[in-house]
Amino acid sequence: MVSTSQSVQRVILYEGNGSQPVEPQERYATMRALLDRGYSVGAVRPGGRLEDQGHRELVVLGRFGGTPPTIDSHDAEVRLHLRDITGLAPGAVVEIVEGLCDDTGAGAADGWKPWFPVIDFDRCTNCMQCLSFCLFDVYGVSGEGKIQVQNQTNCKTDCPACSRVCPEVAILFPKYKAGPINGDAISDDDLRREAMKVDISSLLGGDIYAMLRDRSEKAKSRFSKERDDDRALKERQRCLKKLKDGMGDLEIPAEVLSSLPSADEIQLKARQAAQRAKEALAKNAANNPAN
Amino acid sequence: MSPPQPILYCRCAYAKVVPADVKDGVLERLACSDVAFDSVADLCEMSAKQDPALERFAKQPGLRIAACYPRAVKWLFSAAGHPLPEGQAEVVNMRTLSADQAAACLIEGAPVPQIDAEGSSEKPPTGDGA
Ligand code: SF4
Ligand code: SF4
Repeated sequence: MVSTSQSVQRVILYEGNGSQPVEPQERYATMRALLDRGYSVGAVRPGGRLEDQGHRELVVLGRFGGTPPTIDSHDAEVRLHLRDITGLAPGAVVEIVEGLCDDTGAGAADGWKPWFPVIDFDRCTNCMQCLSFCLFDVYGVSGEGKIQVQNQTNCKTDCPACSRVCPEVAILFPKYKAGPINGDAISDDDLRREAMKVDISSLLGGDIYAMLRDRSEKAKSRFSKERDDDRALKERQRCLKKLKDGMGDLEIPAEVLSSLPSADEIQLKARQAAQRAKEALAKNAANNPAN
Repeated sequence: MSPPQPILYCRCAYAKVVPADVKDGVLERLACSDVAFDSVADLCEMSAKQDPALERFAKQPGLRIAACYPRAVKWLFSAAGHPLPEGQAEVVNMRTLSADQAAACLIEGAPVPQIDAEGSSEKPPTGDGA
């Protein structure tokens, strides 16, 4: 998993007892500014109470004047950080919250675009194809022998490649642009496509990693000879387009190709991933001889 | 006016897949109404980080979640170890609904329309505790 939950803070825009109500447009602008900077915000309205959010650090913003709010919590370690925001513009409120996060060490956005596969277990048959396909150790196997997404941050941003190898259309990337990978309903067309996709390697006429490596090497040598930055960029785009055309709609971004490991490393990784998948399947078969 | 159910709004802060006018419009309508609601910067990020708030959200009966596709939201909660209980939560899809439609579901408790990519209706998916 990405980070420990205890480090995550939460912000409350508090208008309950002991605080004055905030103007509607100010409430909207303040929440929007905080959300866009990666802070999650609860809105406690007049008459509402502070509730335990399951976080250690709770930043409470309000127009305080009366008795400051307290919290009903079973966890003695919940720390309230009350800050008066009377008359402050949204940008200034964000600065206060950022300053507090620096002080407490409980940060918000860490620069990672949350891009990773999410498995639809209503569809997944635990075939482990995704595990054998991914070179970046994103997938693993749970103690119960079930496929699991274990290292989300290893996934290559904007690359939905493994969703294409899943025979059950069971892999989602919620931030992908199109369905069904983004979670949209699966159409008959999608299912027909999957039924035809016996095996991605055979579709491509061989080892997909060998093909990617080959393309990557060719692209790299061409870039290294290139002096003019502008032309190099165009060339990169041309290679990407060629690759896309050659690989249907796999849509593997150029950055992913250029970050592919060496040929030997790829082979080793692919063998290791396939071995892990094989072992998990064998273990599952031994545990469920009836299947 | 008090809301018919608890509300969670997802800003999908790190991507542009939810139309900006819809996510701004929904947030503005919520913020300018009298309803209490929770908002999160990004449910994907919370799922990956196993944010403890997800457990609290999942336990709220009748929760309405303004986010993206119901199938994605369902499995994001599940992946974090806090599945949405069967039939207990409804997802208001800001990728397919207008700001007015989404806000009506959240603030007035209007039935949640289920619109897929082709614009036709489908059965409303909910969490199943997987
Ligand atoms: S490839 Fe698809 S069906 Fe097979 S284990 Fe992965 S998610 Fe499940
Ligand atoms: S998208 Fe690529 S890097 Fe991410 S899990 Fe799938 S195969 Fe691995």
